Amino acid sequence: MAVAVVFLPLIAAIIAGFFGRAIGDRGAQLVTCGALLLSAVLGLFLFRDILASDEVQVIPLAKWIVAGGVDVAWALRLDTLTGVMIVVVTVVSSMVHVYSIGYMHGDPSIPRFMAYMSLFTFFMLALVTSDNFVQLFFGWEGVGLMSYLLVGFWYDRPSANAAAIKAFLVNRVGDFGFSLGIYAIFVIFGSLDFGTVFGAAPKAVGTTMEFLGWQVDSLTLACILLFIGAMGKSAQIPLHTWLPDAMEGPTPVSALIHAATMVTAGVFMVARLSPLFEYAPTALAVVGIIGGTTAMFAASIGMVQPDIKKVVAYSTCSQLGYMFAAAGVSAYGASVFHLSTHACFKGLLFLCCGSVIHAMGGDQDMRRMGGLWRKLPWTYVTMWVGALSLSGIPPFSGFYSKDMILDATWASGTAVGRYAWCLGTLAAFMTAFYISRVMFMTFHGEPRADEETMHHAHESPWVMRIPLIVLAIGAAFYGYFGYKYFVGSDYASFWKSSIFVLPQYDSLAAAEEIPSLVRHMPLIFGLGGIATAYVFYIADPRIPVRLAAQFRSLYLFLLNKWYFDELYDWLFVRTAFLLGNGLWKSGDGAVIDGLGPNGVAAVTRDLARQASRLQTGYLYHYAFAMMIGLVAIVTWYLFPR
Amino acid sequence: MLIGLAHYLTVAAILFTLGVFGIFLNRKNVIIMLMSIELMLLAVSINFVAFSVFLNDLVGQAFAMFVLTVAAAEAAIGLAILVVYFRNRGTIRVEDINMMKG
Repeated sequence: MAVAVVFLPLIAAIIAGFFGRAIGDRGAQLVTCGALLLSAVLGLFLFRDILASDEVQVIPLAKWIVAGGVDVAWALRLDTLTGVMIVVVTVVSSMVHVYSIGYMHGDPSIPRFMAYMSLFTFFMLALVTSDNFVQLFFGWEGVGLMSYLLVGFWYDRPSANAAAIKAFLVNRVGDFGFSLGIYAIFVIFGSLDFGTVFGAAPKAVGTTMEFLGWQVDSLTLACILLFIGAMGKSAQIPLHTWLPDAMEGPTPVSALIHAATMVTAGVFMVARLSPLFEYAPTALAVVGIIGGTTAMFAASIGMVQPDIKKVVAYSTCSQLGYMFAAAGVSAYGASVFHLSTHACFKGLLFLCCGSVIHAMGGDQDMRRMGGLWRKLPWTYVTMWVGALSLSGIPPFSGFYSKDMILDATWASGTAVGRYAWCLGTLAAFMTAFYISRVMFMTFHGEPRADEETMHHAHESPWVMRIPLIVLAIGAAFYGYFGYKYFVGSDYASFWKSSIFVLPQYDSLAAAEEIPSLVRHMPLIFGLGGIATAYVFYIADPRIPVRLAAQFRSLYLFLLNKWYFDELYDWLFVRTAFLLGNGLWKSGDGAVIDGLGPNGVAAVTRDLARQASRLQTGYLYHYAFAMMIGLVAIVTWYLFPR
Repeated sequence: MLIGLAHYLTVAAILFTLGVFGIFLNRKNVIIMLMSIELMLLAVSINFVAFSVFLNDLVGQAFAMFVLTVAAAEAAIGLAILVVYFRNRGTIRVEDINMMKG
């Protein structure tokens, strides 16, 4: 069954990708959606089976690499963590597939789109079911590739191509760290199998290895390198710049890849490797600091962006920061809990954005929206569910997971935890503010679009509405029902051995006994954020304008995303161009061409010109030359040697 | 004063030198060049005759006759070429004859 869950999307992708022309648009949609829905149903059954068994199941598929000490096999590892991820991936992916039928209606290359989406799902499933680091890397790179292809799906748009290349390049930086981390793991443990490595992890504590000339703690080094990979994939500061640009892709892609699944691969990886990270407290502190910083930083940018998808993209960035903050204080359960609730409500928000954009005829600028709730009642209601869930308002899902994360960060009692709590609580306010701002600017107030657009604005077809409703149900109730298992009383029997936490770091257990003011602080901040957004955008819309004018530099700082793109442009792109130009002009042009082909040619031409100057064409010159020769020869014979 | 071999040779050398310089310094006319060549041939002929008398060997004088014959033929051919050349190009100025310039 597990094999079917993982490989059904691959088969569908092959059929839709290679025979898309033969089976047509409708056929490709049916094949991929059918395979994904079947995969999702089987995935739910599989999850039930996994929960019922106490053992970690490993299903070997094939030998892959056997070379010297390296022994890597294709295998599916089934434990609770994998099960949760399988359910999240297949359910969200199948919903997005169904939604795409409506959203991509009229696009000239539907089979290609559906094939990419299914192939992406396969890679993602291969990633979450991997049993060793190499297979993890296979899935990791596979989803990166599909992200590239799908962001650049509309390849006739230069901006989409640029965004796709940027996503790929920034991810290369992270993946370089990731592959170094895998090498480090192999050097330390001599194996790449999860089971072997996790079993040997306690013995590796305290060992050191040489890196760039320093002696460093080997586990810390390996974990930090692996986390760099997670930073790239999960868009954490400072490798976050690709995610907002990736919004150039079609909206279902943003919902599936850049909200629900691929970007959470980093979080999944840290949770999966919890037996390693637990023994590397320094690496965990780095994870927590990066996560907390990103949560606040991305939320602050989201507050001012005018593009509806950009806001949600930065929100994703920020929520991923929460997940890493939780992982940083060893609350992996809360991290994965938030991952799954986030997949529901953020996927929902993106699909709602898609519905709004669909209704507005492709316009994404919120300043030209407003008053849409009458036109799009279904989207309106479901999007409020997603927004309230994101803001952490009870009883929606986001409340349970986000509060648990903040409680755990506080309860961990470390400086990193307190840092993450402060920034996270601040970010909770910003989160509620920016998502309410989106809601108010899009659906409430007076319509700012022109008559023509408003007239054409219409609710999406049912094929797009049903996924919204399914995900809205998830966003509303999933947290309430999942709380007990993911982070509550059934924690141990739910996760079993798939997540490992050392007793002294168990912040989830400690989170039961935190002061009630601390516990309610995120909720208060969240409600405050919504109220502020109401005052700013409904009660008195002049306030934000006046504030922007008064704190102009701060406003521009946020609007330009903390100038990260400019900084990187100046630091890397410009220097790379300068270096390239220098090598091209002086290195290749002057030295190699100058001394090589061009130099030889120039010398030959000069010599030839000198020689041809001898041939004046005047008779007397030739005669003179003859006489000189004659005199020379005569002289030669006349004087005895 | 007895006129001896040395005088004849001197005259011949002077004539030869005149011919050489006539070729090299002349920038105007191909006919002058031809005449200079005649001068050089004559100088050679004088040498032949002078040595023939000095050495009592008639072969030298026979050779002088050959040289005269060849010179006459050469002058005829040279002038004929010049006429044709003039017809074709409209000039026989030396500085214009440089079609072999590289």
